[in-house]
Amino acid sequence: MATPVLDKADAAGQPEPGFADSPYITVTFRVRRFNPEVSAEATWEDFQLEIDPKERVLDGLHKIKWDLDGTLTFRRSCAHGICGSDAMRINGRNRLACKTLIKDINPEKPITVEPIKGLTVLKDLVVDMEPFFQAYRDVMPFLVTKETNEPTRERLQSVEDRARFDDTTKCILCAACTSSCPVFWNDGQYFGPAAIVNAHRFIFDSRDEAGEQRLEILNDRDGVWRCRTTFNCTDACPRGIEVTKAIQEVKRALITRRY
Amino acid sequence: MSTTETPASGVGPVEGAPVYTVDNPAPLIEAPRKRTKKTPKSTRGNFEMAAWLFMRLSGIVLVVLVLGHLLIQLFLDGGVSKIGFAFVAGRWASPFWQVWDLVMLWLAMLHGSNGLRTIINDYAERPASRMWLKALLYTATVFTILLGTLVIFTFDPNIR
Repeated sequence: MATPVLDKADAAGQPEPGFADSPYITVTFRVRRFNPEVSAEATWEDFQLEIDPKERVLDGLHKIKWDLDGTLTFRRSCAHGICGSDAMRINGRNRLACKTLIKDINPEKPITVEPIKGLTVLKDLVVDMEPFFQAYRDVMPFLVTKETNEPTRERLQSVEDRARFDDTTKCILCAACTSSCPVFWNDGQYFGPAAIVNAHRFIFDSRDEAGEQRLEILNDRDGVWRCRTTFNCTDACPRGIEVTKAIQEVKRALITRRY
Repeated sequence: MSTTETPASGVGPVEGAPVYTVDNPAPLIEAPRKRTKKTPKSTRGNFEMAAWLFMRLSGIVLVVLVLGHLLIQLFLDGGVSKIGFAFVAGRWASPFWQVWDLVMLWLAMLHGSNGLRTIINDYAERPASRMWLKALLYTATVFTILLGTLVIFTFDPNIR
């Protein structure tokens, strides 16, 4: 009765009969490491993982941090594509690690994971988001009304008026779009797609009354006119926002509201 | 991996001893894109919008002007072999071709210069190199436009 157990032990290496369809595969994670306290140079480091291809890149990073190397540093909060903390460059494209399945990015080759570009790397995959949020604050991303009294009832809006800016309400400020923009890579003074998307959200809101002011801000030398319509931002957006279209709509509003 | 004690600095098992400690902290990394007092002030005015619109409108006009120019010069009526002093002199005897060439010169030069200006703004990283490249560009543009305009208006078909 004991022999089957021994046979199984002998067959180590091959998949066991009962587990022939084991979901686990071996994946190499090639992570861009940087620690300014050790070296001024960033280097690639490879990690081998046994992982279910239906898991996400974030699960792989968790496995590395929890089981292999606790010094790996990255941001993540909700881990479900809402908080916008874990935007990173995976296989050369900006994505959310928590929304990218291993099976969708060719696990046969090493999966490269880098910090997003155009922002200063602080450690490993963590970048300084301050310039990004500075541009966001500059477009006044809040409702502005002229009436000084507290409203006594809800600010009502028609379904059509709400639908006008629906696409740009989806932004989670992950910086995947702004850090995929070649203009932003080279000149961080450019407002960047995310700030323009969040300005668009209020410019086209019928309840808001500071649209003209926001348009004036984006008419700046580093505003919408620096957009080269490369569509990197639309490709990068994990929320599927048509970012380039929003930028073009702001350009059109600037022209049609003036002439 | 086993959970042996990691160094107190939290740097982890990396090659070599940690260079920096609590008493000798790593230098602060200055964000290169931080908005400081040196950051250019935001601009008021519609220059960028005018430049953007000019590119589109001049582009449309240039398609007609340049393709028409190439067609006349290189294909119609004997092709490129007909071009000579007499051919140019004959064309510039008519104000229509003078205006055509003048408009083409101005639009093409301004369109191209504005395109190069945006490329310099996008690709030159240091303010000094940006300034010098643009100075060179503007000098060349003004020189070419003025010289071309001078030639069109002072052309003398009887020059010997």
